Amino acid sequence: MREISLHLIDIIQNSVSAKATLIVVSLEINTLEDYIKITITDDGCGMDEETLKKVKDPFVTSRKTRRVGLGLSLFESACKRCDGYLDVYSQEGKGTEVMAYMKLNHIDREPIGNIQDTIVSALLNDNVNIVYRHEFNEKSFEFDSREIKKIVGDDLSNPEILNWIQEYIAENIQNIDGGAF
Amino acid sequence: MKSIQELEAIRKKTMDNVNQRTDRTTTRIVVGMATCGIAAGARPVLLSIIDEVKKLGLNDVSVVQTGCIGVCRLEPIVEVIKPGEEKVTYIKMDAAKAKRIVDEHVVQGKIVDEYVMHVVDGKVVNDYTVQRD
Repeated sequence: MREISLHLIDIIQNSVSAKATLIVVSLEINTLEDYIKITITDDGCGMDEETLKKVKDPFVTSRKTRRVGLGLSLFESACKRCDGYLDVYSQEGKGTEVMAYMKLNHIDREPIGNIQDTIVSALLNDNVNIVYRHEFNEKSFEFDSREIKKIVGDDLSNPEILNWIQEYIAENIQNIDGGAF
Repeated sequence: MKSIQELEAIRKKTMDNVNQRTDRTTTRIVVGMATCGIAAGARPVLLSIIDEVKKLGLNDVSVVQTGCIGVCRLEPIVEVIKPGEEKVTYIKMDAAKAKRIVDEHVVQGKIVDEYVMHVVDGKVVNDYTVQRD
């Protein structure tokens, strides 16, 4: 993947396939301790211990079209090549959490990329709510699609609304990290 | 800065044109959004389709995401399923090509031949062009 935001949409799609209704994504940039930490937590169906052990193996997947599943393994290798790691925690029936950690100033770190497009494409799935938390050192910003739905109703697929969300997220991210990442 | 008040205004403006989706007359546009699709650039394709559909005010079209379609090397893939017609699979999409498909295939009913996946003798020929002599 070319951007971290593309890994994010990939992992979010896993959550959607797991029938999650609330997906909490948090991205933490810390320049003082030089790291990026990302967590994606969902309330989907989760997985049993057996599956969890093998989940980062590229030859393990729940889909039927092929026997290869690269999403998590690609994300893991993106972390590992930046002196980081990726952990997956899950409980059957409760949900799954993916935690990724990498060095911020590593030469191989992918750019964070277009977060607003990632959030908007995730919101196009029916019955899914997204909370996105962006932290930059001590500053933070939170987007919660449930708040938006309270105002405009459950259907967010109107381009004006999507546009507003995109610009809203972009502005706020820019606001707290100065657009440096 | 963007404000919540703006959102309120958008809602008021768009309240009247809430679309009623009835399945029998709905054209489905399906975008593959698995790892392979995303890596190949499916996100801008999806967003450009949504944009175009709404810009043209197409109420009987639903845009949906799906997982891996099975031919990853041809991603981004877009499928157009019109009611009562056979499914058409478009391959190697980008934002501009996707817009054309909405304009020409979905609206005017003309299949955009040059982007369609061709299967010849059970094999996918992705760079297939019609040979004329």
